[in-house]
Amino acid sequence: MAYKDEQLNEEKVFKDPVHRYVHVKDQVIWDLIAAPEFQRLRRIKQLGTTNYTFHGAEHSRFNHSLGVYEIVRRIIYNFQDRPHWNNDERLLCLCAALLHDLGHGPFSHSFEKVFKLDHEHFTKEIIVGDTQINKILEKVSPGFARKVADVIAKTYEDQLVVSLISSQIDADRMDYLQRDAYFTGVSYGHFDMERILRVMRPIEDQVVIKSTGMHAVEDYIMSRYQMYWQVYFHPVTRSAEVILSKILHRAKYLFETKDFKFKLEPTHFMSFFTGNVSLEEYLKLDESIVHYYFQLWQQEDDEILSDLCERFMNRRLFKYIEFNPNLQMNEWMELYRLFQSAGIDPEYYLVVDSSSDLPYDFYRPGEEEERLPIHLLMPNKGLKELSRHSDIVESISGKKRTDHKLYFPMDMLDAIKDETVKAKIKEILHGQGEIENVE
Amino acid sequence: MLNNHAKLMQFFSEANEVVGRKKLQKMIYILQKCKVPFEEKYQFHFYGPYSEELTLRVEELCNLGFVDEVKENKSNYYQYHYSVTDAGESFLKQFSLDMPDFTEKLALLKGKSSRFLELVSTMLYFDNLPKDEVEEKIHLTKPKQKYTVEEISEAWAFIDRLVIDN
Repeated sequence: MAYKDEQLNEEKVFKDPVHRYVHVKDQVIWDLIAAPEFQRLRRIKQLGTTNYTFHGAEHSRFNHSLGVYEIVRRIIYNFQDRPHWNNDERLLCLCAALLHDLGHGPFSHSFEKVFKLDHEHFTKEIIVGDTQINKILEKVSPGFARKVADVIAKTYEDQLVVSLISSQIDADRMDYLQRDAYFTGVSYGHFDMERILRVMRPIEDQVVIKSTGMHAVEDYIMSRYQMYWQVYFHPVTRSAEVILSKILHRAKYLFETKDFKFKLEPTHFMSFFTGNVSLEEYLKLDESIVHYYFQLWQQEDDEILSDLCERFMNRRLFKYIEFNPNLQMNEWMELYRLFQSAGIDPEYYLVVDSSSDLPYDFYRPGEEEERLPIHLLMPNKGLKELSRHSDIVESISGKKRTDHKLYFPMDMLDAIKDETVKAKIKEILHGQGEIENVE
Repeated sequence: MLNNHAKLMQFFSEANEVVGRKKLQKMIYILQKCKVPFEEKYQFHFYGPYSEELTLRVEELCNLGFVDEVKENKSNYYQYHYSVTDAGESFLKQFSLDMPDFTEKLALLKGKSSRFLELVSTMLYFDNLPKDEVEEKIHLTKPKQKYTVEEISEAWAFIDRLVIDN
């Protein structure tokens, strides 16, 4: 029997708190899960620094990847014998679902921003490069690995296959919304996925929703909206993320400053600092390694690096105020000068963070074809964009909510010796509104 | 602080007016490929390269009152117009950005339709492939757009004019 068709003697199941069970029967899938590059995902948290806010959020990219696989497996089961569905694409879909996040690194959002990296690039590299994953996929058929990479990169010719893994109502989002809700312990984020799966229909180049299932989709959009503001964009998580980014910036700066000598040679970071990261080096860096360095960098002679690492490891986060760059630009410039005169480097300790700095998104109706919306399949077989039919979705997607926050270390400000400078800083900060604690 | 916002403000300021969200998306992507250092992250989507980060950043600029967004009701769809406000110009003045001159490229882009820029940006997205494979990718990923041979060769010529160092 061809490898692509090989089945396990007995179906294997992974107990899963979100989907109850994840079912595996294909030998290929079983082998992919066992590959070292996939096992590495156990050591990368799904939500990065969110566990500073919601202590339950310790789940990994491994959990999520299995979850996405399971959802796609169920969708394909429902699609059997439906028009437009080509069952020859089944294994391709399952592999792409399982491997879609393979290139994520530790705290990948901050790493990507600071070191100008792209996890999608590494996903592709792992799939088509010299890896165990690649060997397994190529055993299916020559060129199969490239197809899987194309589906994940959304450049595969069959856009119906792509839309299962990546669209505005895809298996990826349906898993992470529910999983993140479960592990953070919040009460929003839940929706009736079983119902959505039952009303999904494949058409020529996308998955659409039978119009009778609109209310289940409304619930999904609402949960996406609430999770965005309540979990993903939580100001405390952002505070930890700000500190993390500044650690990486500082370590890179020190590395480039030739006269600074690290007590602990940052071996695992070298290629990140020089902007020449190989696949092998990328795969070696997981969260345990990052924490190891942060732990030891607390003893470095550089005060900024050691202070930032101590804050990150012990959750001594920055405080924040709401900030409006339109009205408060002058105050910001004044604060910048005052921080400098107090001996606090504003490049590291006075940080504006904006909603656009986050990797999550809202539902977009895509009015001008900037991106594909969710389409309802109407009884007359026509398609209608979701927000044009649902008042709830229209009201959410029409509402533009963005924000900016200014982060700073309150304890450092309290310790400023020059009383005049201290008073001026506090006057400006208090003038902008309530200073928020991050406890 | 807000350097990426300021870079976009410079774009809007030089463009005077940008018509259409899709066009805006493709213009910034093409300029990125011309080494203009916009930092918004792009991914391939149904209609070519798209950046959610750009969408959100433009929303932020609108909400701050730096960019004016006007929604025009066309017969079966909406079209958005973007222009810089006085507050936006004052905001921009506070930055000294180290940006290369992209005025000429911007003028070229403004003169093209969003459909054409979708084609150009998609071709640039696959710029790691040989020319014939790029064209094959266009037909495979965008069968509904039905791009003609003439359009594709016009797009190649346009890319040459932009002098993109591939």
